[in-house]
This record gives sequence, structure tokens and C-alpha cells, in this order.
Amino acid sequence: MDLTTVATITQARTRADLAALGETVVPLAGGSELFADPRIHLTGLVDLQTMGWPALTTGADGLEIAATCTLAELSRMPAEPGWVAHPIFHLACTALFGSFKVWNVATVGGNLCTSLPAGPMICLTAALDAEVLIWHADGTDSRMPALDFVTGNTTNVLEPGDVLRSIHVPAATLTARTAYRKIALSPLGRSGAVLIGRLDTDGRFVLTVTGGTVRPVQLRYPSLPDPAALAADIAGLDAWFTDAHGAADWRRAMSGLLGEEIRQELAAPTDPPRPGTGDGSRA
Amino acid sequence: MKLTVNGNPIDAPAAAGQALRTYLRQQEHFEVKKGCDTGDCGACSVLVDGTPVHSCIYPAYRAEGREVTTATGIGGPETLAPIQQRFIDAAGFQCGFCTPGMIVTASTIQEHQLDDLPRLLKGNLCRCTGYRAIDDAIRDRHTPADGGCGHDHEHTAAGAADAATPDSAAGSAPVAAPISGLGPVRRTKPRTTARTSATDGRVGGSLRAPAAARVVSGQEPYTLDVAVPGLLHLAVLRSPHAHARVLSLDDTAARALPGVRAVLSAADSPATLYSSARHESRLDDPDDSLVLDSVMRHRGQRVAAVVADSVAIAEHACRLLEVDYELLPAVFDPAEALRPGAPLVHGEKDATISRLADPSRNLVAELHGEYGDVTAALATAHTVVTGTWQTQRVAHTQLETHATIGWLEDERLVLRTSSQVPFLVQKEISRIFDLDLEAVRVFTARVGGGFGGKQEILTEDIVTLAVLKTGRPVQYEFTRTDELAASPTRHPMRVGVTLAATGDGRLTALTVDVLSDTGSYGNHAPGVMFHGTSESVALYNVPNKRVDAQAVYTNNPPSGAFRGYGLGQVIYGIECALDELAVELGLNPFDIRRINSVRPGDPLVVTHQEGDDIGFASYGLDQCLDLAQAALIRGNGVAAPTGATWRVGEGMASAMIATTPPRGHFSQATITLDQNGRYLVRVGTAEFGNGTTTVHTQIAATVLNTGPDRIEIRQSDTDAAGYDTGAFGSAGVVVAGKAVHGAALELAGLLREKAARLTGIAAGDFVLAADGLRAGDVFVPLAALSGPDGLTGTGREDGARRSLAFNVHAFRVAVNTATGEVRMLQSIQTADAGFVMNPEQCRGQIEGGVAQAIGTALYEELILDGAGTVETRVLRNYHIPQLADLPVTEVYFADTADDLGPYGAKSMSESPYNPVAPALANAVRDALGIRSYELPMSRDRLWRLMNRGA
Repeated sequence: MDLTTVATITQARTRADLAALGETVVPLAGGSELFADPRIHLTGLVDLQTMGWPALTTGADGLEIAATCTLAELSRMPAEPGWVAHPIFHLACTALFGSFKVWNVATVGGNLCTSLPAGPMICLTAALDAEVLIWHADGTDSRMPALDFVTGNTTNVLEPGDVLRSIHVPAATLTARTAYRKIALSPLGRSGAVLIGRLDTDGRFVLTVTGGTVRPVQLRYPSLPDPAALAADIAGLDAWFTDAHGAADWRRAMSGLLGEEIRQELAAPTDPPRPGTGDGSRA
Repeated sequence: MKLTVNGNPIDAPAAAGQALRTYLRQQEHFEVKKGCDTGDCGACSVLVDGTPVHSCIYPAYRAEGREVTTATGIGGPETLAPIQQRFIDAAGFQCGFCTPGMIVTASTIQEHQLDDLPRLLKGNLCRCTGYRAIDDAIRDRHTPADGGCGHDHEHTAAGAADAATPDSAAGSAPVAAPISGLGPVRRTKPRTTARTSATDGRVGGSLRAPAAARVVSGQEPYTLDVAVPGLLHLAVLRSPHAHARVLSLDDTAARALPGVRAVLSAADSPATLYSSARHESRLDDPDDSLVLDSVMRHRGQRVAAVVADSVAIAEHACRLLEVDYELLPAVFDPAEALRPGAPLVHGEKDATISRLADPSRNLVAELHGEYGDVTAALATAHTVVTGTWQTQRVAHTQLETHATIGWLEDERLVLRTSSQVPFLVQKEISRIFDLDLEAVRVFTARVGGGFGGKQEILTEDIVTLAVLKTGRPVQYEFTRTDELAASPTRHPMRVGVTLAATGDGRLTALTVDVLSDTGSYGNHAPGVMFHGTSESVALYNVPNKRVDAQAVYTNNPPSGAFRGYGLGQVIYGIECALDELAVELGLNPFDIRRINSVRPGDPLVVTHQEGDDIGFASYGLDQCLDLAQAALIRGNGVAAPTGATWRVGEGMASAMIATTPPRGHFSQATITLDQNGRYLVRVGTAEFGNGTTTVHTQIAATVLNTGPDRIEIRQSDTDAAGYDTGAFGSAGVVVAGKAVHGAALELAGLLREKAARLTGIAAGDFVLAADGLRAGDVFVPLAALSGPDGLTGTGREDGARRSLAFNVHAFRVAVNTATGEVRMLQSIQTADAGFVMNPEQCRGQIEGGVAQAIGTALYEELILDGAGTVETRVLRNYHIPQLADLPVTEVYFADTADDLGPYGAKSMSESPYNPVAPALANAVRDALGIRSYELPMSRDRLWRLMNRGA
């Protein structure tokens, strides 16, 4: 929709151009979230797409995802040798409520900064122990775990003027096995729960629980836990919430169910044939 | 900013925060529609340098230097692309408002992606078709409704399609076993002619919508698809409170804003009370509304309106209005609203003047009546079942939001509006504003869906006030949030049902106790309550019946008319109770209905025997039951999911509906032959995807023995056609169609008489043909008969006699006890539509009604916070069915012909909705052994049902 209070667009080319940001001037990436709400407090936007950040950069230390990388780009990213986790990128994109046409504009950074419980890039980056790079308004930089970036339902650590610059996925987790589950109140509906499990090459198991909780939460184990321990730990989480996409008690139960499925999938000696043809790896 | 659109260069500035959608529409690319404005519905889809995007969430300035392609760029009406032709061939649209965006998206889908279609199409919502026809169009196939083989529909793995292992709780990969497609539709009564084709245009064939080529190319204009010079825009300040009195309103700052032309508040409002609901008799609805009131009765009610040079300025000015409210106590639960001491929503109203049952108890309307002796019957019954069912608030979600453009022309008020009832709007607007009827013209362009939601005055009144105040053309367009959060919805109802029966399943008592929440205004409250408890109760032969029903004000947003008009809610309760009775007695659910359903010769009884205006002019319920049961027994080859948590069940339900609303529904149509041998049909009813234009064309073509290409329909314009009560109550075929039929017959008679006078041959010897009349070797060309002014026949219908139509729905489902997921393995609807005028179109109405009902049964709910605020304010939070959510429904027609309807046709647009939710609930009950008592049967609710105490 038209953002009728927005009077200026700054097409940022250098970091200095970001000085325009503030309480009423916010970063614009894909626009799919910003333009979906009247946001009458806004007076201006700073376009990050004109910064020209390379969407995806791979190196020996892992994968650097620019905040402005679109979901379409991420989902099409070719695998590097040894990236056992590679299919999780596309799978996580399929958990976006928005259509494939939204993937063409929506960005990884935008999804994180919107900080919705169902934001699939939040689950993805947290599950891979990614680190986010924040450009602060005062010119300093900081890095923090993606897991801690989102603090609640639509809240995060960013202060006015801050910009999420990029997300770094370490090489180690790219070689891990992953398993993904999502459930909603309808077959392809907005997520009620999204979980990603990761089994590292050294046997460590990390389960990231999102969608049903107001912020991503993680359970970490030195090795695959037994079903009872995992179920108890999931049931013991306390950030469940109710909205139009599911009641809190159902979300907690579904997370327990899906968490156990993930545990079983990763406990199997080899990956089962990767499912998800319905989500179209060829799209 | 420079760009090209469909190859044509454009150089025009874009506002900083403007979305590409509104930019393109400013350039008169009206094929880019607004369905949601939040990137959820896809009606605005365009290609930017070949990449599909939702243009409503795409910053306009980013299109600089790019090539934008809209549906019209894919192909124009004369240069259709194959994908567009496929949408026509498959009848892949009804109202057509979503179609341009659907076409753009479909144009990007490659053949190898078809397995992934549910995901690729999840961002394109259609509220009319139920998607089967769209699926056909994209897959380049055609499933005829009048015979022919079925097809596989891969998307029928409803409930599947998410990424997980096949036995995952999250749902499996798409079911591999293909569902068998539609079986051949049973032919209706033998026709006088041989097999009719889609193109010859006669009744009984599946002629395509006359507007099809324009719809699929985006060139069919809807309400706002017109450029009006000097147009002003209206924005409304909506109440932040559920119940409050406006003490003062300071518009100083708003008026000072440049570009503001008028500020309208209660002081400017006519004092005439009216109802937003429109019926043939204006006395059907309580007069409880004002254009602008000083009392706010629901959150979202109009406080004031601003008219300005742009929407942005008008909205800005609204934010500058300073309003001082006195908060009043409010009530949100209809049962509480009836209790002594409850806050009164319309306590100051005069019961007689406003036609309210008892405003001092929040009571809009009530019905209490008994037939026979229920108490005695209950005391002696073999088996009694009782239960209370609750339905939710559901939004129409027609893709075109409410909208009106008004202006003055030769000192007359003209309203171009998105309405199902232009003539009723004309009458009431002239009354509210004290204008002569002739001083008001109301017309519609093609209407982008309605489903009852446009049987209301929601925009026309405030636009009229603005036009009269400013003297300028004014446009008011609802946002999707206006639709979801502040507009009439389906009435939520609490339905208590008690059934008593003998041991062999014969009903001895039936009681219904209905509490209907009409919200803050009484529009449609009495009608929905009476209709809801009418055919639902009359369907069964029971010697003892009692109905208690109350429609009650609360401070929730208003309820209103919605497909089925109350029947869906009450039928849900009664049909679930009847299913429970069958379980108790160990009877087959089809059989218990065969034992107890009315049949010709039986009286129709609610609380007393119905009047003689209604009766069985045909009867097909027996066939509907047989066809549905046979289809269920036959199965469709879809295997239930394996795994310990899945349970399989079957369920069914019946529904009866009167073919016409009571107390008169009028239409007057004319057909004029012009000098070029073409026929102009003038008929008042509106086209909003119901397909009446197609059927009227077929009727005229059949009577006049001509081709559909020689017939033009001019409709829904108070200046251009005779009076028509409107497109509601499923009256488009059986009332307006009958008027068209009468006009055609009269014209045919006039033509024969004129030919007889010219030739001396008896009129009865002449046979009409496309170009003239023939009697043996004598041929009289049409041009010789039309005369300089044309020759006109007139037809009238008053809807005084009404027949009954039937629908039966059956499901086989699998329910996952671990997650609450319902998977519809087989969906069957059988319909007694009388003679089927246009089988593919009629099937489309049924498929669409079923889809909406599945939405009600499983997914849709306007959630309120308990204090009058709707929390589901955008489509991403109010889930209407998408392609992935629906099975393909097998549709079978009973072989009947009605004595009243044209050619023996009956109405078939509201009724398909009514039996679906109870059929699904009964199937879930069969699967789980536990009954659910509320809608929607969402996964979390069913999971709770299964895990009580867990």
C-alpha cells in the first residue's frame, strides 16, 4: 500500500548515507513488509538495496549473507562441496507465508528485522549458529548470535539508526546435518511452529524452536537426547503464545511432536530421501 | 520517472512512499487490482523485467527504467495469450477480479513446476471458484460438467504439501495416489434439442461468460476502473471505542490542511434513520443507522469523514481531527446483552419507529413458536439427543472491496458503486437525502464478488453526502482492513438443538434455540434469524416442533447478509444433531434422512404450516441422497494416510432452500431488436460472478433462436433497465432470468405477428432464425421487422411463487489425532438445481460455495479481543482457502425440472454452502468418536478435543 506519510527516499550508496536513519526514517530492503502496513509514523526511508552489497559470499570461514539478499537468491544458492546443510536454505524459505513472488523482493535481513515469531530466516540463521553484523548509528560495529537478535514478538536489539548489515553462517554448521519441520493451521498457512534440528559432525545436537514462541529458543545437547529428555525440555520452554495462527498449548504440543520427529530423523544413520517436493526445489 | 508498461513508455512522477500498484492505476492501468494491499492476495501481480511481484508492496520508484508487464501486456481481448484462452476454456473465473493477477502469475509457471502448483499459487486468492477450474486452466485441461472423463487433480492432497517425511505430523508430501476427477454429471431432463455445445449459446450448454475475453485480459472495468476528472477522495475516521458518545469534534486543523475540501461529521448528517441492509421491503430491517451518528456503537464505526484532493490528504486530515469521547459501558456477549442491566446499544431508540422487538433488552427480533406438543413428545421418546453448537464470525472477503464513485450530472446524483442491489440503493439514498427517485441514478460496473456483503449500503450514503456537500465527484474505497475489522460479517450463532425419535428413527420432536449476535446494528438481523430457522427446520417431517430465536445487539461490529442467509449456521446445528441421533440409534445417516425428510405432499412446517406461496414445484432430495451415498460407496481411490495417529471417517448432511426470498422479488426486463438484427437485453440485476449474464444470454438466444454473439446485455443501471429487486436470494436465474424469458417470448411473438402482417402468413407458421423469420419458402429478414426505433418485448416476474432446492454433501476424511489436521479424502456434493441452464457455470457455483464453506468449517475466523476489536485485520491473519486447502469436489446434479423456474431451473448459488460444515463435522465425529461443537474445526481446536485433560 502507499506509505502516505513517507516524503523522502534516500538511496544509500555509502555508509554515510545511513545517517539519515532515525526514529521516523527506517531502512528499506525489499519493502514487502514495510509496504504492507500504513506505518503512519514514518517520514522517510533509506534504501539499502542501492548499497550494492553482494548477496552471498562464500569463504573458508563460511557463508556471508547480506541483509539485502532476497529469499529468491538464498533459495537458489548453489551448494558448495561439503555443505550437507544446504537444503535447509530452500526449505526454510518455504516456511515464509509470502508467495514465491514475495521471495523475489523479501530479504533475509528484512525477515530478521521484522522479528515475527514465524519469521523463517530467524529460525534458519539461529539454527545454523549464525552471527549477525550490526552497523550502529554511531559508526561502530557489533556482532552477536542471530539467536539473540530477536527479543520478542516484533522486537529486536536494533536501536533507531542501526542497520543489520549481514549474517555470517560459520563453515562448521554448513557441514552439519539438518532436519526441518513446520506446521500451521492450514497446509501452507502462516507457521504455527517452525523447528530446525542440527546434528554436528561431532555429534552435538541443536534444536531451534520458533513460530510457537515469541522469540527463537534453542535447546543444545552434547549428543542426541533421549525422547523423554527432549520432550521435557520442549514442554519446559516458556515463550509460547496464542494468535490467529494457533493456540499456545497446541503450539507447545506440536513443537514437542515435531522436535521428536527431527530427533528421529537425525538419529537415523543417513539422511532419508529429502522430502519437500511439494515445496518445489525447482521453483 | 520513466518506465515502460506493456511496451509503452511512461514518464510520470511517483510519490516517495507510493506503491507500484497505485502508480500503475494512476496511469490508467486499471487491470492492476487491489484485493488486499498487503501482498497476500495477488490481484495486483505484475512482472517487473519479467520477474513476478505483488505490485502493492513494490516501491513504485524502483520501477524506474524497467519494463512492467500487466495482464493486458500478456494479451489483450483480441490478442489473447494461450494462458488467457485456457482460463476462458476452463471457466477459470467467476467475478474475475482476481483473474488479471492470476493470469500474470500463471504466465510464469513452467510445466515442470506443476507439481509445485499449490505453493506457487498460494499468493493468489480466489474467493469464487474453489480453484478447480483455475487448476484446470493452468494445467491446460478442461473438465466438462456435462459428461466426459475426469482428470487427476494433484492439488487435492489438501492438508499435505508441506515438507516433512510422509508420516510426519507436519503433513506428508503430496499424496501420490491421484484422486479420480469429476464423474459425469447426470443429465437433466431430456432436452428437445440434441446435445448443446458451449458455443451455440442455448440453455443447457456451458456457454462462457460474455465478458470472458475482457476479464482475462484485465480490460473488463470494475467499480473503480475509470478515470474521473477532478475526482476527490474520501477517508473516514473510525471510532477507537466500542461504545462512546462524541462530545465534541474539532476540525480546525483538518480544515486548514491544503487540499481538504470538506469535513463531514454528525452535524452534517441527515437525521433520517435507515438500515444499511436492503430488501424489497425496506420494513424488513430496523431503522437504526445514520450516515454519521454521534454515538459510536462498535469499534470502527464512522466518526467523521474528510473529502480531499487525495487519499493521503484525506487520511492525514482524519488524523488531525480532535474528538472528545464520553466512554459508555459496552457489551460483547449476546447472552449477557439480554440480561437485565446490560448496557443498551440502542436504548434510546423507539421500538415502533425503528422496528425493534425490545431496545430496552438489546433485542432486535425474536421468534417463539411451537407446533404440536414438544414436551409430551420428549417425555415419550425412545431416544433424545441434545447439543449446542456455536458458529463464528466469518468475513465475505470478496476480492473487490466496497467502493463508490459519486458525482452530479445535470443536477442528478449519479453513483457508480459496487452493489448487488442498485435499485434498492437508489430508493434508500433518495429517501435518506430527501431526493426525488428520478434525481438519483445508481449503476454498477462488473462487481468483484459480493456473497451478500453488497446487499448493504456501506459506501453510497457517505459518498452521497460528500458529493452533495462539495458538488464534486468523490470516490470512497474500502481497505481490506475496513472489510475485515468494521464491516458486516456472517451472524455468529449459538444453536441449541434437541431431537427426539422413535426406536426406528422416526423424529417425534425437534426444537431449535438460536441466539444470533447481530453486533452494533440490526441490518439483516430479523431476516437472517427467520430464514436461518426456516428451511432448516421445515426440511424434516416432525409432528412436534419448537423454535426459539433471538437476534441481539452487542457492541461488536455488525453482522449482515452472507451466502445462505442464516441457514448455514442453523443447518450446522440441526444436521450435527441428526447425525448424533443416527449414531445413537445405529442408523445410517442417509437413511435417517430418508425416513424423515419432507417430500411432495408433506406440509412445510416451522412453527406453523408455511403459506401456499411456497411448495414443491420439483423434488430432487431423494436423488441427491442416492447420488451422494453412491459416490461415497464408490470411493475415489484416495488412500488414507498411514500411521497410528490417523483416523478415517465419513459424514454427510442435507440442506433445503427456497428458490426465492419471501414477500416478493421483482424484475422487469426488456429485449429490443435493432436494425442490425442484434438484440439488446436490459435487465436490472447485477453481475458479480454469479453468471446471470451468461444465463440471460442463453435464455434470449434460445427463445429467439439466435447466437450469443448477437445479444448484448445492459444491466444493473437504474437508468438503463427496468426495476429489479437485486442480485440476492439466488434470484438471478429464477426471477430476473424469468423476466428475460418473458421479454424474449413477447418479442418473439411480436416478430411473428409483424411478419404475419407483412406476408399474410399465419404468425404461428413462422420460425425464428438468427437473421430472420422463416415460414416455408418465405423469409422475412429481421431488419424488415425492427423498424427505426427497434422492436421491444417486455417481461416481468414477481417471485410470488417459490419452489425448493436441495443439496447434499458428503465427505470421507482422515483426522490426525496428534495434530488436529483434517484431510479431505473425498468431497461430494449433489444438487437439485432443476434443469441446469449452464452445467459448467452451475458446477462452478457449487464448487465455490463448497470452498467458502470449507473455509468456514476449517480455517476462517474473525477473532475479537472480547472488547470489540477485531484482531484479524489483514488477509495473512484471516485465512481464506487457497489452492492447497481444498479438495476437488465431485458434483452431481439430480435429474429434475421445476414447474416455476425458467426451463425448469432452480436457484443454485447460496445453497451449496449450507450442508458442507455439518457434513465435515459429522465425518470428523465418525473418525474420532468425539463430537465437536464449534467452528472452525481448526487444528488446535480438534487437537484440544482429542487431548482434553492432557
